[in-house]
Amino acid sequence: MARGQSTEMLEDYFGQYGLIAIFLALSIIVPCSMLGASYALSRLGIRPARPDAVKHDTYECGVQTIGGTWNRFQFRYYMFAILFVIFDVEVVFLYPWATKFLTLELFALIEMAVFVGILLLAWAYAWRKRDLEWQG
Amino acid sequence: MNGCHLDPQGALGGNPLFALIFNVAAYVLPCWLAFVIAGLVIMLILINAVLLGAAIVSWGERRLLGRFQNRVGPNRWGPFGALQPIADLAKLITKEDIIPYGADRLAFTAVPVIMVASLLVATAVIPFAKDVALVDLNVGVLFILAVSSLTSIAIFTAGWASNNRYALFGAGRAVAVLISYEVPVVLSLLGVVIVAGSMSLGDIVVAQAVPFFLVQPLAFFVFLAGMSAELNRTPFDVAEAESEIIAGYHTEYSGIKFALIQAAEFGGALFVSGLIATLFLAGWAGPVADWLGWLWFLIKTFIGIFLFVWIRSTFPRLRLDQIMTVCWKFLMPLSFINLAVVTLEVYFLRDASGALSTADLWIMTAINIPVAVVSIAFFGWIIRQKVRDSSRTTAAASPVVRGVSTIEVG
Repeated sequence: MARGQSTEMLEDYFGQYGLIAIFLALSIIVPCSMLGASYALSRLGIRPARPDAVKHDTYECGVQTIGGTWNRFQFRYYMFAILFVIFDVEVVFLYPWATKFLTLELFALIEMAVFVGILLLAWAYAWRKRDLEWQG
Repeated sequence: MNGCHLDPQGALGGNPLFALIFNVAAYVLPCWLAFVIAGLVIMLILINAVLLGAAIVSWGERRLLGRFQNRVGPNRWGPFGALQPIADLAKLITKEDIIPYGADRLAFTAVPVIMVASLLVATAVIPFAKDVALVDLNVGVLFILAVSSLTSIAIFTAGWASNNRYALFGAGRAVAVLISYEVPVVLSLLGVVIVAGSMSLGDIVVAQAVPFFLVQPLAFFVFLAGMSAELNRTPFDVAEAESEIIAGYHTEYSGIKFALIQAAEFGGALFVSGLIATLFLAGWAGPVADWLGWLWFLIKTFIGIFLFVWIRSTFPRLRLDQIMTVCWKFLMPLSFINLAVVTLEVYFLRDASGALSTADLWIMTAINIPVAVVSIAFFGWIIRQKVRDSSRTTAAASPVVRGVSTIEVG
Protein backbone atom coordinates (compact mmCIF):
# COMPACT_ATOMS: atom_id res chain seq x y z
CA MET A 1 0.00 0.00 0.00
CA ALA A 2 2.78 2.38 0.90
CA ARG A 3 4.46 1.47 -2.38
CA GLY A 4 1.31 2.16 -4.35
CA GLN A 5 0.95 5.55 -2.72
CA SER A 6 4.50 6.53 -3.42
CA THR A 7 4.32 5.61 -7.12
CA GLU A 8 1.10 7.58 -7.39
CA MET A 9 2.82 10.56 -5.81
CA LEU A 10 5.68 10.17 -8.23
CA GLU A 11 3.25 10.07 -11.16
CA ASP A 12 1.56 13.19 -9.86
CA TYR A 13 4.92 14.82 -9.56
CA PHE A 14 5.97 14.04 -13.12
CA GLY A 15 2.51 14.91 -14.40
CA GLN A 16 2.59 18.33 -12.77
CA TYR A 17 6.12 19.30 -13.66
CA GLY A 18 5.75 17.81 -17.11
CA LEU A 19 2.82 20.14 -17.71
CA ILE A 20 4.89 23.06 -16.43
CA ALA A 21 7.72 22.14 -18.80
CA ILE A 22 5.28 22.09 -21.74
CA PHE A 23 3.78 25.35 -20.54
CA LEU A 24 7.24 26.93 -20.37
CA ALA A 25 7.96 25.84 -23.94
CA LEU A 26 4.59 27.20 -25.08
CA SER A 27 5.03 30.51 -23.30
CA ILE A 28 8.42 30.97 -24.96
CA ILE A 29 6.91 30.12 -28.35
CA VAL A 30 4.09 32.69 -28.02
CA PRO A 31 6.24 35.86 -27.75
CA CYS A 32 8.69 34.40 -30.30
CA SER A 33 5.82 33.91 -32.73
CA MET A 34 4.79 37.54 -32.23
CA LEU A 35 8.34 38.64 -33.04
CA GLY A 36 8.15 36.31 -36.04
CA ALA A 37 4.85 37.82 -37.15
CA SER A 38 6.37 41.28 -37.04
CA TYR A 39 9.35 40.04 -39.06
CA ALA A 40 7.01 38.42 -41.58
CA LEU A 41 5.21 41.75 -41.96
CA SER A 42 8.53 43.37 -42.81
CA ARG A 43 9.15 40.72 -45.48
CA LEU A 44 5.69 41.46 -46.92
CA GLY A 45 6.54 45.13 -47.09
CA ILE A 46 3.87 46.21 -44.61
CA ARG A 47 6.37 46.99 -41.87
CA PRO A 48 9.13 49.36 -42.93
CA ALA A 49 12.76 48.36 -42.51
CA ARG A 50 15.00 51.23 -43.58
CA PRO A 51 18.21 51.28 -41.56
CA ASP A 52 19.73 54.71 -41.13
CA ALA A 53 22.84 55.81 -39.28
CA VAL A 54 20.97 58.44 -37.26
CA LYS A 55 17.98 56.25 -36.57
CA HIS A 56 20.11 53.43 -35.24
CA ASP A 57 22.24 55.68 -33.08
CA THR A 58 21.96 55.52 -29.30
CA TYR A 59 18.94 57.49 -28.12
CA GLU A 60 20.29 60.27 -25.96
CA CYS A 61 18.22 63.40 -26.60
CA GLY A 62 20.02 64.13 -29.83
CA VAL A 63 23.45 64.30 -28.27
CA GLN A 64 26.27 61.91 -29.15
CA THR A 65 27.28 59.61 -26.33
CA ILE A 66 30.72 60.52 -25.02
CA GLY A 67 32.83 57.55 -23.98
CA GLY A 68 31.59 54.02 -23.47
CA THR A 69 28.05 53.27 -22.39
CA TRP A 70 28.90 50.37 -20.13
CA ASN A 71 29.87 52.25 -17.00
CA ARG A 72 31.27 51.07 -13.76
CA PHE A 73 28.75 50.79 -10.98
CA GLN A 74 28.67 52.65 -7.74
CA PHE A 75 29.77 50.53 -4.80
CA ARG A 76 26.36 50.92 -3.10
CA TYR A 77 24.83 48.36 -5.47
CA TYR A 78 27.12 45.61 -4.22
CA MET A 79 26.29 46.45 -0.61
CA PHE A 80 22.60 45.95 -1.20
CA ALA A 81 23.24 42.86 -3.29
CA ILE A 82 25.15 41.28 -0.40
CA LEU A 83 22.41 42.16 2.08
CA PHE A 84 19.87 40.69 -0.31
CA VAL A 85 21.78 37.41 -0.58
CA ILE A 86 22.01 37.14 3.22
CA PHE A 87 18.28 37.56 3.76
CA ASP A 88 17.21 35.54 0.75
CA VAL A 89 19.24 32.55 1.88
CA GLU A 90 17.63 32.94 5.29
CA VAL A 91 14.24 32.70 3.63
CA VAL A 92 15.19 29.42 1.96
CA PHE A 93 15.52 27.95 5.44
CA LEU A 94 12.42 29.66 6.77
CA TYR A 95 9.94 28.35 4.20
CA PRO A 96 10.08 24.62 4.99
CA TRP A 97 9.89 25.50 8.67
CA ALA A 98 6.87 27.75 8.10
CA THR A 99 5.05 25.10 6.06
CA LYS A 100 5.20 22.60 8.89
CA PHE A 101 5.05 25.02 11.82
CA LEU A 102 1.44 24.15 12.75
CA THR A 103 2.61 20.77 14.04
CA LEU A 104 6.07 21.70 15.34
CA GLU A 105 7.12 21.81 18.98
CA LEU A 106 8.52 24.58 21.15
CA PHE A 107 12.06 23.53 20.23
CA ALA A 108 11.52 24.49 16.59
CA LEU A 109 10.18 27.89 17.65
CA ILE A 110 13.23 28.64 19.80
CA GLU A 111 15.58 27.29 17.16
CA MET A 112 14.15 29.61 14.53
CA ALA A 113 14.04 32.53 16.95
CA VAL A 114 17.80 32.11 17.52
CA PHE A 115 18.44 31.85 13.77
CA VAL A 116 16.37 34.92 12.87
CA GLY A 117 17.76 36.72 15.93
CA ILE A 118 21.33 36.40 14.67
CA LEU A 119 20.29 37.82 11.31
CA LEU A 120 18.34 40.63 12.97
CA LEU A 121 21.51 41.47 14.88
CA ALA A 122 23.40 41.67 11.59
CA TRP A 123 20.63 43.85 10.16
CA ALA A 124 20.75 46.18 13.18
CA TYR A 125 24.55 46.37 12.82
CA ALA A 126 24.18 47.31 9.14
CA TRP A 127 21.66 49.99 10.11
CA ARG A 128 24.00 51.33 12.81
CA LYS A 129 26.90 51.41 10.35
CA ARG A 130 24.70 53.43 7.94
CA ASP A 131 24.95 50.69 5.31
CA LEU A 132 21.20 50.79 4.72
CA GLU A 133 21.46 54.30 3.33
CA TRP A 134 21.93 54.92 -0.34
CA GLN A 135 24.62 57.58 -0.01
CA GLY A 136 27.76 56.46 1.79
CA MET B 1 -11.88 3.75 -22.12
CA ASN B 2 -8.62 1.87 -22.43
CA GLY B 3 -7.85 1.73 -18.76
CA CYS B 4 -7.01 5.37 -18.32
CA HIS B 5 -7.68 6.59 -14.86
CA LEU B 6 -7.51 10.07 -13.40
CA ASP B 7 -7.46 10.12 -9.63
CA PRO B 8 -10.23 12.58 -8.60
CA GLN B 9 -8.33 13.28 -5.39
CA GLY B 10 -5.07 13.77 -7.28
CA ALA B 11 -3.44 17.03 -8.14
CA LEU B 12 -5.16 17.46 -11.51
CA GLY B 13 -8.24 15.25 -11.25
CA GLY B 14 -10.20 17.90 -9.39
CA ASN B 15 -10.14 20.28 -12.33
CA PRO B 16 -13.50 19.66 -14.08
CA LEU B 17 -12.45 20.91 -17.51
CA PHE B 18 -9.21 18.95 -17.39
CA ALA B 19 -11.07 15.79 -16.35
CA LEU B 20 -13.66 16.23 -19.11
CA ILE B 21 -11.11 16.67 -21.90
CA PHE B 22 -8.95 13.89 -20.50
CA ASN B 23 -11.84 11.43 -20.39
CA VAL B 24 -13.05 12.28 -23.89
CA ALA B 25 -9.56 12.11 -25.38
CA ALA B 26 -8.78 8.87 -23.55
CA TYR B 27 -11.42 7.03 -25.62
CA VAL B 28 -9.27 7.14 -28.73
CA LEU B 29 -5.78 8.06 -27.57
CA PRO B 30 -3.17 6.58 -25.24
CA CYS B 31 -3.27 7.86 -21.68
CA TRP B 32 -0.22 10.11 -21.76
CA LEU B 33 -1.36 11.79 -24.97
CA ALA B 34 -4.80 12.44 -23.51
CA PHE B 35 -3.08 13.94 -20.49
CA VAL B 36 -0.92 16.22 -22.65
CA ILE B 37 -3.86 17.28 -24.83
CA ALA B 38 -6.01 18.14 -21.83
CA GLY B 39 -3.08 20.12 -20.45
CA LEU B 40 -2.51 21.92 -23.76
CA VAL B 41 -6.14 23.06 -23.94
CA ILE B 42 -5.93 24.51 -20.45
CA MET B 43 -2.60 26.16 -21.29
CA LEU B 44 -3.98 27.84 -24.41
CA ILE B 45 -6.95 29.15 -22.44
CA LEU B 46 -4.58 30.41 -19.77
CA ILE B 47 -2.21 32.15 -22.19
CA ASN B 48 -5.10 33.80 -24.01
CA ALA B 49 -6.67 34.86 -20.73
CA VAL B 50 -3.46 36.45 -19.49
CA LEU B 51 -2.65 38.29 -22.73
CA LEU B 52 -6.24 39.42 -23.24
CA GLY B 53 -6.36 40.41 -19.59
CA ALA B 54 -3.22 42.47 -20.08
CA ALA B 55 -4.93 44.27 -22.98
CA ILE B 56 -8.01 44.95 -20.85
CA VAL B 57 -5.84 46.21 -17.99
CA SER B 58 -3.95 48.55 -20.34
CA TRP B 59 -7.27 50.01 -21.51
CA GLY B 60 -8.80 50.14 -18.03
CA GLU B 61 -5.73 51.74 -16.51
CA ARG B 62 -5.67 54.51 -19.09
CA ARG B 63 -9.38 55.15 -18.72
CA LEU B 64 -9.13 55.22 -14.94
CA LEU B 65 -6.05 57.45 -15.01
CA GLY B 66 -7.99 59.76 -17.29
CA ARG B 67 -10.79 59.93 -14.77
CA PHE B 68 -8.39 60.52 -11.89
CA GLN B 69 -6.67 63.31 -13.78
CA ASN B 70 -9.93 64.95 -14.82
CA ARG B 71 -9.67 64.09 -18.51
CA VAL B 72 -11.30 61.52 -20.76
CA GLY B 73 -8.67 58.96 -21.74
CA PRO B 74 -8.84 56.83 -24.91
CA ASN B 75 -12.45 56.96 -26.13
CA ARG B 76 -12.38 56.98 -29.93
CA TRP B 77 -11.95 53.41 -31.03
CA GLY B 78 -14.87 51.18 -30.10
CA PRO B 79 -17.36 51.65 -27.27
CA PHE B 80 -15.64 53.64 -24.48
CA GLY B 81 -12.41 53.17 -26.40
CA ALA B 82 -12.40 49.48 -25.54
CA LEU B 83 -10.75 48.49 -28.82
CA GLN B 84 -7.78 50.75 -28.14
CA PRO B 85 -5.43 47.85 -27.20
CA ILE B 86 -6.08 46.23 -30.59
CA ALA B 87 -5.29 49.50 -32.34
CA ASP B 88 -2.12 49.81 -30.27
CA LEU B 89 -1.01 46.30 -31.15
CA ALA B 90 -1.77 46.78 -34.86
CA LYS B 91 0.24 49.96 -34.83
CA LEU B 92 3.19 48.60 -32.87
CA ILE B 93 3.47 45.38 -34.88
CA THR B 94 3.78 47.39 -38.11
CA LYS B 95 6.39 49.76 -36.69
CA GLU B 96 10.00 49.47 -37.72
CA ASP B 97 11.99 47.30 -35.38
CA ILE B 98 15.13 49.24 -34.45
CA ILE B 99 18.14 47.62 -32.81
CA PRO B 100 20.71 50.33 -32.07
CA TYR B 101 24.30 50.03 -33.26
CA GLY B 102 26.57 48.46 -30.70
CA ALA B 103 23.73 46.59 -28.99
CA ASP B 104 24.01 42.91 -28.16
CA ARG B 105 21.44 41.74 -30.70
CA LEU B 106 20.69 38.32 -29.22
CA ALA B 107 20.29 39.54 -25.64
CA PHE B 108 18.33 42.58 -26.85
CA THR B 109 15.84 40.34 -28.64
CA ALA B 110 15.66 37.78 -25.84
CA VAL B 111 14.47 40.31 -23.23
CA PRO B 112 10.80 40.65 -24.27
CA VAL B 113 10.60 36.88 -24.68
CA ILE B 114 11.95 36.26 -21.18
CA MET B 115 9.62 38.84 -19.65
CA VAL B 116 6.47 37.48 -21.27
CA ALA B 117 7.46 33.86 -20.69
CA SER B 118 8.20 34.34 -16.98
CA LEU B 119 4.88 36.13 -16.54
CA LEU B 120 2.94 33.37 -18.30
CA VAL B 121 4.66 30.52 -16.48
CA ALA B 122 4.05 32.15 -13.11
CA THR B 123 0.29 32.18 -13.73
CA ALA B 124 0.27 28.38 -13.99
CA VAL B 125 -0.32 27.86 -10.27
CA ILE B 126 -3.00 30.52 -9.61
CA PRO B 127 -6.36 28.93 -8.76
CA PHE B 128 -9.05 30.80 -10.70
CA ALA B 129 -11.87 28.85 -9.09
CA LYS B 130 -12.18 25.79 -6.90
CA ASP B 131 -9.63 23.26 -8.28
CA VAL B 132 -9.26 25.29 -11.48
CA ALA B 133 -5.56 25.88 -11.98
CA LEU B 134 -3.21 24.44 -14.54
CA VAL B 135 -1.29 22.76 -11.74
CA ASP B 136 -1.74 23.26 -8.03
CA LEU B 137 1.87 22.67 -6.99
CA ASN B 138 2.55 21.88 -3.35
CA VAL B 139 5.33 24.52 -3.48
CA GLY B 140 3.15 27.11 -5.24
CA VAL B 141 4.31 30.19 -3.30
CA LEU B 142 7.97 29.30 -3.79
CA PHE B 143 7.36 28.61 -7.49
CA ILE B 144 5.78 32.03 -7.99
CA LEU B 145 8.58 33.81 -6.16
CA ALA B 146 11.21 31.93 -8.15
CA VAL B 147 9.66 32.44 -11.58
CA SER B 148 8.61 36.05 -11.10
CA SER B 149 12.13 37.06 -10.04
CA LEU B 150 13.31 36.13 -13.54
CA THR B 151 12.01 39.59 -14.46
CA SER B 152 14.95 41.24 -12.73
CA ILE B 153 17.35 39.28 -14.94
CA ALA B 154 15.39 40.33 -18.02
CA ILE B 155 15.43 43.98 -16.96
CA PHE B 156 19.15 43.98 -16.34
CA THR B 157 19.78 42.25 -19.66
CA ALA B 158 17.71 44.96 -21.34
CA GLY B 159 19.80 47.70 -19.81
CA TRP B 160 23.08 45.97 -20.52
CA ALA B 161 22.29 44.99 -24.11
CA SER B 162 20.86 48.34 -25.23
CA ASN B 163 24.21 50.15 -25.45
CA ASN B 164 22.53 53.16 -23.90
CA ARG B 165 23.48 54.91 -20.70
CA TYR B 166 19.94 55.77 -19.72
CA ALA B 167 18.93 52.16 -20.15
CA LEU B 168 21.81 51.05 -17.94
CA PHE B 169 20.86 53.62 -15.29
CA GLY B 170 17.31 52.36 -15.34
CA ALA B 171 18.39 48.74 -15.20
CA GLY B 172 20.75 49.37 -12.29
CA ARG B 173 18.05 51.16 -10.36
CA ALA B 174 15.46 48.55 -11.23
CA VAL B 175 17.62 45.67 -10.03
CA ALA B 176 18.52 47.49 -6.81
CA VAL B 177 14.83 48.09 -6.12
CA LEU B 178 13.73 44.62 -7.19
CA ILE B 179 16.19 42.68 -5.05
CA SER B 180 15.66 44.94 -2.05
CA TYR B 181 11.89 44.59 -2.09
CA GLU B 182 12.13 40.86 -2.70
CA VAL B 183 13.16 40.43 0.95
CA PRO B 184 10.17 42.02 2.75
CA VAL B 185 7.75 40.50 0.24
CA VAL B 186 9.10 37.02 0.84
CA LEU B 187 9.15 37.54 4.61
CA SER B 188 5.56 38.80 4.64
CA LEU B 189 4.39 35.72 2.76
CA LEU B 190 5.89 33.54 5.51
CA GLY B 191 3.06 34.58 7.82
CA VAL B 192 0.52 33.46 5.24
CA VAL B 193 2.28 30.11 4.81
CA ILE B 194 2.46 29.56 8.58
CA VAL B 195 -1.26 30.12 9.14
CA ALA B 196 -2.30 28.11 6.07
CA GLY B 197 0.21 25.34 6.85
CA SER B 198 0.87 24.85 3.16
CA MET B 199 2.58 26.51 0.22
CA SER B 200 -0.07 25.34 -2.25
CA LEU B 201 -2.23 28.27 -3.35
CA GLY B 202 -5.35 26.10 -3.37
CA ASP B 203 -4.80 25.17 0.28
CA ILE B 204 -4.09 28.79 1.18
CA VAL B 205 -7.48 29.81 -0.25
CA VAL B 206 -9.23 27.02 1.65
CA ALA B 207 -7.49 28.07 4.88
CA GLN B 208 -8.95 31.58 4.66
CA ALA B 209 -12.10 31.18 6.73
CA VAL B 210 -11.26 34.79 7.61
CA PRO B 211 -9.54 36.59 4.70
CA PHE B 212 -5.86 37.04 5.47
CA PHE B 213 -5.88 40.79 4.87
CA LEU B 214 -7.82 40.96 8.14
CA VAL B 215 -5.81 38.27 9.92
CA GLN B 216 -2.47 39.75 8.86
CA PRO B 217 -2.96 43.39 7.87
CA LEU B 218 0.75 44.02 8.27
CA ALA B 219 1.68 41.30 5.79
CA PHE B 220 -0.94 42.64 3.39
CA PHE B 221 0.48 46.16 3.64
CA VAL B 222 4.07 44.99 3.13
CA PHE B 223 3.08 42.74 0.22
CA LEU B 224 1.13 45.51 -1.50
CA ALA B 225 3.96 48.03 -1.13
CA GLY B 226 6.61 45.49 -2.11
CA MET B 227 4.71 44.32 -5.14
CA SER B 228 4.14 47.83 -6.46
CA ALA B 229 7.92 48.24 -6.24
CA GLU B 230 8.51 44.89 -7.97
CA LEU B 231 6.20 46.02 -10.77
CA ASN B 232 8.10 49.31 -11.08
CA ARG B 233 4.91 51.21 -10.46
CA THR B 234 4.48 54.61 -8.90
CA PRO B 235 5.52 55.60 -6.23
CA PHE B 236 8.47 53.26 -6.78
CA ASP B 237 9.00 53.80 -10.52
CA VAL B 238 12.51 55.32 -10.51
CA ALA B 239 13.54 52.57 -12.93
CA GLU B 240 11.57 54.20 -15.72
CA ALA B 241 11.27 57.72 -14.40
CA GLU B 242 10.32 59.62 -17.56
CA SER B 243 11.52 62.98 -16.35
CA GLU B 244 14.99 61.71 -15.42
CA ILE B 245 16.10 58.83 -17.62
CA ILE B 246 13.69 58.82 -20.61
CA ALA B 247 12.10 55.38 -20.23
CA GLY B 248 14.68 53.51 -18.19
CA TYR B 249 15.65 50.04 -19.27
CA HIS B 250 13.34 49.97 -22.31
CA THR B 251 14.47 53.27 -23.78
CA GLU B 252 15.80 51.64 -26.96
CA TYR B 253 12.89 49.28 -27.49
CA SER B 254 10.41 49.96 -30.25
CA GLY B 255 7.79 48.21 -32.30
CA ILE B 256 6.71 44.72 -31.35
CA LYS B 257 9.39 44.35 -28.68
CA PHE B 258 8.09 47.42 -26.90
CA ALA B 259 4.57 45.99 -27.19
CA LEU B 260 5.70 42.74 -25.59
CA ILE B 261 7.43 44.56 -22.73
CA GLN B 262 4.32 46.66 -22.13
CA ALA B 263 2.15 43.53 -22.27
CA ALA B 264 4.42 41.92 -19.68
CA GLU B 265 4.09 44.97 -17.43
CA PHE B 266 0.30 45.19 -17.63
CA GLY B 267 0.05 41.41 -17.38
CA GLY B 268 2.29 41.67 -14.34
CA ALA B 269 -0.17 44.06 -12.72
CA LEU B 270 -2.96 41.60 -13.49
CA PHE B 271 -0.94 38.66 -12.15
CA VAL B 272 -0.01 40.44 -8.93
CA SER B 273 -3.62 41.48 -8.38
CA GLY B 274 -4.64 37.86 -8.86
CA LEU B 275 -1.96 36.88 -6.37
CA ILE B 276 -3.23 39.42 -3.83
CA ALA B 277 -6.75 38.13 -4.35
CA THR B 278 -5.57 34.55 -3.80
CA LEU B 279 -3.28 35.10 -0.86
CA PHE B 280 -5.06 37.83 1.09
CA LEU B 281 -8.65 38.23 -0.18
CA ALA B 282 -9.62 34.53 0.00
CA GLY B 283 -9.39 33.94 -3.79
CA TRP B 284 -12.39 32.17 -5.24
CA ALA B 285 -14.21 31.88 -1.92
CA GLY B 286 -17.25 34.17 -2.04
CA PRO B 287 -20.26 34.98 0.08
CA VAL B 288 -22.52 32.57 -1.84
CA ALA B 289 -22.26 29.74 -4.36
CA ASP B 290 -18.91 28.01 -4.82
CA TRP B 291 -19.58 27.51 -8.55
CA LEU B 292 -19.42 31.28 -8.92
CA GLY B 293 -15.80 31.17 -7.72
CA TRP B 294 -14.43 32.61 -10.97
CA LEU B 295 -16.67 35.67 -10.53
CA TRP B 296 -15.48 36.36 -6.97
CA PHE B 297 -11.91 35.85 -8.14
CA LEU B 298 -12.36 38.32 -11.00
CA ILE B 299 -14.00 40.92 -8.77
CA LYS B 300 -11.19 40.66 -6.23
CA THR B 301 -8.55 40.84 -8.97
CA PHE B 302 -10.07 44.01 -10.37
CA ILE B 303 -10.23 45.49 -6.88
CA GLY B 304 -6.46 44.90 -6.74
CA ILE B 305 -5.89 46.54 -10.12
CA PHE B 306 -8.05 49.50 -9.14
CA LEU B 307 -5.97 49.86 -5.99
CA PHE B 308 -2.74 49.93 -8.03
CA VAL B 309 -4.12 52.55 -10.43
CA TRP B 310 -5.40 54.60 -7.54
CA ILE B 311 -1.98 54.52 -5.87
CA ARG B 312 -0.32 55.42 -9.16
CA SER B 313 -2.50 58.47 -9.70
CA THR B 314 -2.22 59.67 -6.11
CA PHE B 315 1.37 59.47 -4.93
CA PRO B 316 4.39 61.29 -6.37
CA ARG B 317 7.54 59.40 -7.21
CA LEU B 318 10.04 58.73 -4.43
CA ARG B 319 13.76 59.28 -4.84
CA LEU B 320 15.96 56.20 -4.99
CA ASP B 321 17.47 56.76 -1.54
CA GLN B 322 13.98 57.20 -0.10
CA ILE B 323 12.87 53.97 -1.73
CA MET B 324 15.80 52.13 -0.18
CA THR B 325 15.04 53.67 3.21
CA VAL B 326 11.39 52.63 2.96
CA CYS B 327 12.43 49.08 2.10
CA TRP B 328 15.22 48.40 4.58
CA LYS B 329 14.12 50.54 7.52
CA PHE B 330 10.33 50.45 7.23
CA LEU B 331 9.07 47.34 5.46
CA MET B 332 11.79 45.02 6.79
CA PRO B 333 11.02 45.61 10.50
CA LEU B 334 7.30 45.46 9.73
CA SER B 335 7.63 42.08 8.08
CA PHE B 336 9.74 40.78 10.97
CA ILE B 337 7.15 42.01 13.46
CA ASN B 338 4.45 40.29 11.44
CA LEU B 339 6.45 37.06 11.38
CA ALA B 340 7.10 37.12 15.13
CA VAL B 341 3.54 38.03 16.12
CA VAL B 342 1.93 35.46 13.81
CA THR B 343 4.32 32.73 14.93
CA LEU B 344 3.59 33.34 18.62
CA GLU B 345 -0.16 33.55 18.04
CA VAL B 346 -0.20 30.32 16.07
CA TYR B 347 1.91 28.62 18.72
CA PHE B 348 -0.46 29.55 21.55
CA LEU B 349 -3.81 29.33 19.72
CA ARG B 350 -3.49 26.04 17.81
CA ASP B 351 -5.09 22.92 19.26
CA ALA B 352 -3.39 19.58 19.93
CA SER B 353 -3.54 18.44 16.30
CA GLY B 354 -2.11 21.74 15.09
CA ALA B 355 -5.30 23.12 13.54
CA LEU B 356 -6.60 26.68 13.78
CA SER B 357 -10.34 27.23 14.10
CA THR B 358 -12.25 30.20 12.68
CA ALA B 359 -12.52 31.64 16.20
CA ASP B 360 -8.71 31.49 16.48
CA LEU B 361 -8.42 33.46 13.24
CA TRP B 362 -10.80 36.12 14.60
CA ILE B 363 -8.70 36.36 17.79
CA MET B 364 -5.61 36.84 15.62
CA THR B 365 -7.45 39.55 13.68
CA ALA B 366 -8.36 41.35 16.89
CA ILE B 367 -4.70 41.32 18.01
CA ASN B 368 -3.07 42.00 14.65
CA ILE B 369 -4.99 45.07 13.53
CA PRO B 370 -3.88 47.20 16.53
CA VAL B 371 -0.36 45.76 16.18
CA ALA B 372 -0.34 46.80 12.52
CA VAL B 373 -1.56 50.32 13.22
CA VAL B 374 0.90 50.88 16.05
CA SER B 375 3.94 49.45 14.27
CA ILE B 376 3.23 51.29 11.00
CA ALA B 377 2.82 54.52 12.94
CA PHE B 378 6.00 53.90 14.96
CA PHE B 379 8.32 52.96 12.10
CA GLY B 380 6.76 55.62 9.90
CA TRP B 381 7.67 58.16 12.57
CA ILE B 382 11.24 56.80 12.72
CA ILE B 383 11.93 57.04 8.99
CA ARG B 384 10.27 60.45 8.83
CA GLN B 385 12.81 61.67 11.38
CA LYS B 386 15.59 60.09 9.33
CA VAL B 387 14.52 61.58 6.02
CA ARG B 388 14.09 65.04 7.56
CA ASP B 389 17.57 64.82 9.14
CA SER B 390 19.37 63.66 6.04
CA SER B 391 17.71 66.23 3.77
CA ARG B 392 18.80 69.01 6.13
CA THR B 393 22.43 67.84 6.29
CA THR B 394 22.79 67.25 2.54
CA ALA B 395 21.25 70.60 1.72
CA ALA B 396 23.88 72.22 3.92
CA ALA B 397 26.71 70.12 2.48
CA SER B 398 26.07 70.75 -1.21
CA PRO B 399 23.49 72.46 -3.37
CA VAL B 400 23.07 69.28 -5.43
CA VAL B 401 20.38 66.89 -4.23
CA ARG B 402 22.42 63.84 -3.36
CA GLY B 403 20.98 60.42 -3.97
CA VAL B 404 19.42 61.23 -7.31
CA SER B 405 22.39 60.20 -9.40
CA THR B 406 22.67 56.46 -9.15
CA ILE B 407 25.54 55.38 -11.31
CA GLU B 408 28.53 57.64 -11.18
CA VAL B 409 29.49 58.39 -14.74
CA GLY B 410 33.12 57.41 -14.97
